[in-house]
Amino acid sequence: MSARDQHGLAAPHGEFQIIGKPQRKIDGAAKATGSALYTDDLTLPGMLHAKTLRSPHPHARIVSIDTSAAQALPGVHGVITGKDLPTPYGVIPWTPDETALAVDKVRFIGDEVAAVAAVDEDTALRALELIQVEYEVLHSYQDPKEALERDEPTIHQNKRGDNVSKRVKLDFGEVDQAFETSPVVIKGDYSFHGSTHAAIEPHCALAQVDGDGLLTLWSATQITHYVHRALSSVLDLAPHRIRVIQPAIGGAFGGKSDPFSLEFCVAKLAQITGRPVKMLWTREEVFYAHRGRHPMEMQYSLAANEDGKIQGVDARILIDGGSYSSFGLVTTYYSGQLLTGPYDFPTYRFDSTRVFTNKPPCGPKRGHGSVQPRFAFEVQLDELAEKLSIDPIELRRRNSLGPQTKTVNGQRITSCGFDECLLQVEEASDWKNKRQSLGSGKGVGVAGSMYITGTNYPIYPNEMPQAGIQIKVDRSGVVTVFSGANDIGQGSSSMVAYVVAEELGLTLDMLRVVAADTDLCPVDLGAYSSRVTFMVGNAAIDASRKLRKLVVGSLAKHWDVEERRVRLVKGEALDLEDPERHMTMAEAFQIAEVEHDTLGATGSYNTPTLGGDYRGGSIGASPAYSFSAHVVEVEVDEETGRIDVQEVWCAHDCGKALNPILVSGQIEGSVYMGIAEALYEHHQTNRFGLHSGPSLLDYPLATTLDTPEIKSLIVESNDPEGPYGAKEAGEGPLHSAIPALSNAIFDAVGIRLRHLPFTPDVVLRALREKRANDNQAPSPGSDA
Amino acid sequence: MRVLQLEINGDAREVAAHDHWTLLEVLRYSLGLVGSKQGCDKGDCGSCTVLFDGKPVLSCLTLAASAVGHQVTTIEGLAPKPTGTLQPVLDPVQVAFNDCGALQCGFCQPGMMLSARALLNTNAEPSREEIHQALSGNLCRCTGYTQIVQAVETAVARIAQGDGASASNDGAAGHSPPDGGVPA
Repeated sequence: MSARDQHGLAAPHGEFQIIGKPQRKIDGAAKATGSALYTDDLTLPGMLHAKTLRSPHPHARIVSIDTSAAQALPGVHGVITGKDLPTPYGVIPWTPDETALAVDKVRFIGDEVAAVAAVDEDTALRALELIQVEYEVLHSYQDPKEALERDEPTIHQNKRGDNVSKRVKLDFGEVDQAFETSPVVIKGDYSFHGSTHAAIEPHCALAQVDGDGLLTLWSATQITHYVHRALSSVLDLAPHRIRVIQPAIGGAFGGKSDPFSLEFCVAKLAQITGRPVKMLWTREEVFYAHRGRHPMEMQYSLAANEDGKIQGVDARILIDGGSYSSFGLVTTYYSGQLLTGPYDFPTYRFDSTRVFTNKPPCGPKRGHGSVQPRFAFEVQLDELAEKLSIDPIELRRRNSLGPQTKTVNGQRITSCGFDECLLQVEEASDWKNKRQSLGSGKGVGVAGSMYITGTNYPIYPNEMPQAGIQIKVDRSGVVTVFSGANDIGQGSSSMVAYVVAEELGLTLDMLRVVAADTDLCPVDLGAYSSRVTFMVGNAAIDASRKLRKLVVGSLAKHWDVEERRVRLVKGEALDLEDPERHMTMAEAFQIAEVEHDTLGATGSYNTPTLGGDYRGGSIGASPAYSFSAHVVEVEVDEETGRIDVQEVWCAHDCGKALNPILVSGQIEGSVYMGIAEALYEHHQTNRFGLHSGPSLLDYPLATTLDTPEIKSLIVESNDPEGPYGAKEAGEGPLHSAIPALSNAIFDAVGIRLRHLPFTPDVVLRALREKRANDNQAPSPGSDA
Repeated sequence: MRVLQLEINGDAREVAAHDHWTLLEVLRYSLGLVGSKQGCDKGDCGSCTVLFDGKPVLSCLTLAASAVGHQVTTIEGLAPKPTGTLQPVLDPVQVAFNDCGALQCGFCQPGMMLSARALLNTNAEPSREEIHQALSGNLCRCTGYTQIVQAVETAVARIAQGDGASASNDGAAGHSPPDGGVPA
């Protein structure tokens, strides 16, 4: 069976036993009892604790570092600086512009300068105070527009000698002509502030070097494989001398995707000291490490016919990247490439520029690079509906792309349940009775979106599978599945167990999943871009079916019947036509082991060839796309400017819900995160580059009291290539929550909020402006 | 440094601690009770919540010395041991959290479940609003709280029916939530 084979939608035999039904997670009991071990829960004999010295300047040259006093402090066992780990790295191989500790320059307040390992954290902190660093302060860039215009000093060296991180300009079709000939054109400026992941578990890493020099790193990472590669390069240590393990992880959301300074530092300090070394970042350090959602300033122009059919979209986007590249190359592409559904538009242009600034580096956060443009575009679509007096849901329906189509930028759409998503939120929210009729201060808004289910761009170019599964069978009946995928709480290890149990007719208590351990598990590219269920699920089906074939074949011979009569179900092997003939799976495995020797199987997945035939055409090319629609209901207090989100309905096309509880959890978590970052959160630095509030109090996360009622509606379009038809659910359902909120505020009080966040001062100012405009020139629909 | 006599999860524990050590530090670093989590160490996130005599406190803001004289319950002690046995039975709150999908990354959940237990200690029939109030000091970044609130409501309903801990430790049946156990 080739890795690219499709497995079909059906259950392996008869009806689904496990797939599609509510199941507990395989790590649920461990998490319910507090026995699940996260990285900071691990201790090793003789373990040292490490801390990091960070830059107090947003942009400065390092003139000298003197660590002698720190080295001399009793209890200190290791001190390292940039010269100990000088090899640059970056998660994207084309942009290696980070070092574990600053070499020559610091680029933001909080940039890592030195690290100390000591007998305890208090000693390590005292040692940091003894490190003398002399800086030559440089001009710092806090405004991305200044970074775009001014070249000197440059934050990083590049061939152009400017502060541009990446620029992507792509044209599809005759855009200018569409704008010249279309009767309706809407232009507007929109902006997205920054937000961060704020996973409740801070970053943590623990390293140990054994007597043979073999390095083991336990880390709260969502991409074990890239950490493995980066460690090998930076430490100049062969990859087969390094083992990376991800223990239970306390949330990630993209914020644990990059290789981080602490992972290299504990590894190096463990090598130097010969003792295990752990580093746990404080909450403040996590805010500075960031890699959160990029601030974007976006100009959108939309051309349409009188019936609301989109004719062209033209976007210019300035992306504030912060101080390092991180995933920025991909972010820049995604800011344009992922907008081209769920609507059919014949012409499209985007011109996106990511610049460096001296701020905490931005990176991938849930809905990487596409949440911001989606906000702008869906608000602009609402403006179009307003201008043409078309119901906003009807407008979206008229432009719906539909299944088995191709987007304007050449992406292949297979399954598409977007129309059903619109219908479900329309009915569930009682849209028709609520829109424009809820009365004073109340309103509803809608928005739609599309997101990738993984991408065929594997970060570093290679032809090998993107996902792998290995299955081991024990004579006791226990089946151990080795999966490289990182379970970051979304339940990917449980998903693997559900698939293998379904295929081999096992009960879930017969399954063990060993995940995200580079010594034990086949390579998986990690938990990002919503790829895991689709790719690892397919690999698990692939491996399971190879194994099932062996077992069924052996039993058929053993019973002397045709293979079609042999069924594996609920932990037993049965003969369909002879109810007397059955045995436990343990016995069945033993019979198969006699014939085939030690039992096991591997399975893989790789994407088919996808994407447009142009530079960057494969970035954003996905084997399947998920679709979402949101209706948000709000009440706006016109006295205080406070927005009360009363209810959110989100219909999400996940292809097929392998476990509806987990899918609902992903939808609800996405909606919560989107609404919260629109209303409460703002990851910002002041004019000196200092974070405005690096704590969970000053950067307020929504509590139970702030979170609206969320109704998750699952739409199943049964993707032809997904495992049993499944697509992603973890990121898509965030996107349209934010523009639907803005559109609901417009329905409620008539103000068009094009700039995030929607804090009370912003709302009050917009209300004041609206009243002033209403008094001056009462001409409805002229605010574009 | 002084020696503290603490009562943790029903066990008398003697532990040497610096005066400035918090209860969270003593639990995690001296006693190996790592189920209590450190998310912020500033009293903002609630992941370190433990119970003092059945009431929730933030162990990261509580000096270890001030735990003397209180019955401290951590997540490791949430499952009670029925009279006359040494075998713990999961609290209905733990079972319901597992059944309802409330445990995504799970990091905030020890504190969340203890806050829920503290609520049920004083209010057997909390309204949704009361549940929201009681859990508002525990931040969760994964769930949007929906399945957490459903879990608490499920635990309340099951306790009222007298079957809160059903099938909790049953390995074979342990992975399929009972029908009707998961609210729509």
